[in-house]
Amino acid sequence: MNHLTVYLVLSAILFSLGIFAVISRRNAIAVLMGIELILNAANINFVAFSRFGTTNLDGQIFAIFVIIMAAAEAAVALAIVLNLYHNLKTVNVDDASTLRG
Amino acid sequence: MIFYAYSILLLPLIAFIVQMFYGKKLPRNGDFISVGAVVLTFAMAVALLGMILVLSDPEFHIRSTFTWIQVGDFTVTMGIYLDNVTVITLLVVSLVSSLVHIYSIGYMEGDPGYARYFGFLSLFTFAMNGIVLSAGFFSLFIFWELVGLSSYLLIGFWYHKDSASNAGKKAFIVNRIGDVAMLIGIMLVWSVVKSFDFREIFAAVGAGAISQPMLTTAGILIFGGAIGKSAQFPLHVWLPDAMEGPTPVSAWNHAATMVAAGVYMTVRIFPLLTAGAQIVIAYIGGFTALFAATIAVTQNDIKRVLAYSTISQLGYMVMALGVGHYMAGFFHLVTHAAFKALLFLGAGSVIHAMHLGLEAAGDHDTDPQDMRNMGGLRLKMPVTYTTFVIAALAISGIPFTSGFLSKDAILSGSLAFALAHPHHFLLPVFGFGAAILTAFYMFRQIFMTFHGKPANKTVFNHLQESPQVMIVPMGILASLSLFIFYVFPSFNPFTAHGWFESLVHKPPTVAGKTAADLAVYVEGFLEQAHLPTMILSISVASLGILLAYLFYQRHRLNPDTWAEKLGPLYRLSYHKYYIDELYQRGIVSPFLFVCEQCAIFDMEKYDKIVIDGFAVVTRALSRFSRWIDDVIVDEFLVNGVGKLILWAGSAARLIQTGRLQNYLLLMICGLILIFAFVVF
Repeated sequence: MNHLTVYLVLSAILFSLGIFAVISRRNAIAVLMGIELILNAANINFVAFSRFGTTNLDGQIFAIFVIIMAAAEAAVALAIVLNLYHNLKTVNVDDASTLRG
Repeated sequence: MIFYAYSILLLPLIAFIVQMFYGKKLPRNGDFISVGAVVLTFAMAVALLGMILVLSDPEFHIRSTFTWIQVGDFTVTMGIYLDNVTVITLLVVSLVSSLVHIYSIGYMEGDPGYARYFGFLSLFTFAMNGIVLSAGFFSLFIFWELVGLSSYLLIGFWYHKDSASNAGKKAFIVNRIGDVAMLIGIMLVWSVVKSFDFREIFAAVGAGAISQPMLTTAGILIFGGAIGKSAQFPLHVWLPDAMEGPTPVSAWNHAATMVAAGVYMTVRIFPLLTAGAQIVIAYIGGFTALFAATIAVTQNDIKRVLAYSTISQLGYMVMALGVGHYMAGFFHLVTHAAFKALLFLGAGSVIHAMHLGLEAAGDHDTDPQDMRNMGGLRLKMPVTYTTFVIAALAISGIPFTSGFLSKDAILSGSLAFALAHPHHFLLPVFGFGAAILTAFYMFRQIFMTFHGKPANKTVFNHLQESPQVMIVPMGILASLSLFIFYVFPSFNPFTAHGWFESLVHKPPTVAGKTAADLAVYVEGFLEQAHLPTMILSISVASLGILLAYLFYQRHRLNPDTWAEKLGPLYRLSYHKYYIDELYQRGIVSPFLFVCEQCAIFDMEKYDKIVIDGFAVVTRALSRFSRWIDDVIVDEFLVNGVGKLILWAGSAARLIQTGRLQNYLLLMICGLILIFAFVVF
């Protein structure tokens, strides 16, 4: 078992946990946290492939971009959740069904 | 001259069109248009006659033809042919037409169909002039049929009377029989010569293009048209019935012009006739002359007597052409047109007066045409009486009348023929026999109508002479029944040597040597036959008149006892030899029977089995197809697809929860499946 495999397994576990959180949680904040886990699982992959692969620093750069994007996304998403809470007095995603056709 | 000819042809057509479309809107219902057109044609015909008199060339002729249809090598030319015979016929036709038009103004006054009547008269004039001017069989046949049509329209003019509309149909259908024969004859000639033009046909036949038997057949078949139109035995039955039409129409169409069309056509095709065809024509004419005269003797309807008389006189003309005395046949056509039209106009005048008289007397049941209801009319209608007597003298063949000249010519022709061919002795017997009867029935009519005691005193007192507009044409025709107009510049009342004879020459035959021989014989014996004929014809005419005098004026002989003595003969004549009944039983009834059987077969068998069978099968098929439509297409396919989609939709609905996480889960599942698929 070499080092890359260890990182990939870690990333896969993180990804699965993130997916699980997104799917099972009803709380919008928890879903957002799941998404963060997924994004970071991807980041670990980027960095791991960059470190052990033949490529240069592209992976690390990408990871930084993802972190920036995740921050932006979290800001927007939290704003939405806040508005949701303001309007519906809940952060439960199942109750936010006003757009349902 | 061609301009005149075309004007004579087209003026009545224009009058017809104007009259049909605008007649009722014009003042006086537009009668002045028809009358004006026909008087104008008469003026032009007079001008043409003047020209041919100045030319006085028996060979004179002009043609003006144009190609009407050309399809491949099939060419139809139409056109006008003008020679002395044409001009004289045009003059006769337009003269009688003009007089009848004028007479009709009085006779038809107040009739609701006044405008229509004059329109039809114009159509008839157009068609008749077309026949006379035709340069070929094709246009001749077209105008021939047009004459038939307009005759039908005029006979059935009072179409609300069943008898009139039936008579119209009868005339049309009986004429059709002859016309079909004529058409076959024309086609026979065309099949060899490939032309409808008289001149080309004569040239080709003269060069021997058609074999003798075929030419004889064609000649007889074409003459078949004349049998129909000129009411020769056995197709004469329509003419007496045609008297249902207005009397001026009878005078004109069915005495002077239309029936003369058949004779005129025979004159036109005369060069084509072979010896065989001529003999057939002579016998048909001779037999018709005698046959119709025997019927006329016993009739009581004033117009019916004249109708049979017309048939008889047409028989004379046809016989003259048959025996090859061309000039006599055509001459009789001309003279007969004048005095027969006069007789009809006189009869019309009598009927008109009787009609008014009966109406004034409040009698609506008595037949105004039955001579037994008349008597003594000469005191009330002197002009009608005088003109009628002149015409009767002319038709009986008394010297100083036109009828004497033409009848004498015909009889001497038939006698000359019999002298040349003794086995044809029957022809002069027919001729002289008919001559006695003619004189007899004409004077019987005069004595019954104008002499003796009035049958009904009240009606008699209401009678009065017809108006001027009717009297004047009769006067003109009466003067034209005198010999002087036909023999000019000679003044011999006993022979027809004059302008007429010098202008009308027999055309040379093109039908081969035998026909030429036949003619030469007749010419050779004509001189020899002339004197005996004259003596005989005058004596038979006098005998006929004397008999009529004894029977109906002096009552020395009682008609009723004689009728009883002659028993079957009288009844045969009175019932017109049962020809109508014979046709009814022999032709019409079997034909109707066959028709009825066909109808029954059609209704019972064909309809019930075939048509109804088709219906049953069709219904079964449509039931089946309806079942397919209902069950298979509608239920299974249309509704099935609908249901399937409905079901699939409701199944798919279950997935669509509206929960993002469920969708995400499914997406993940799908992703895992794709991975699994790709990896393994």
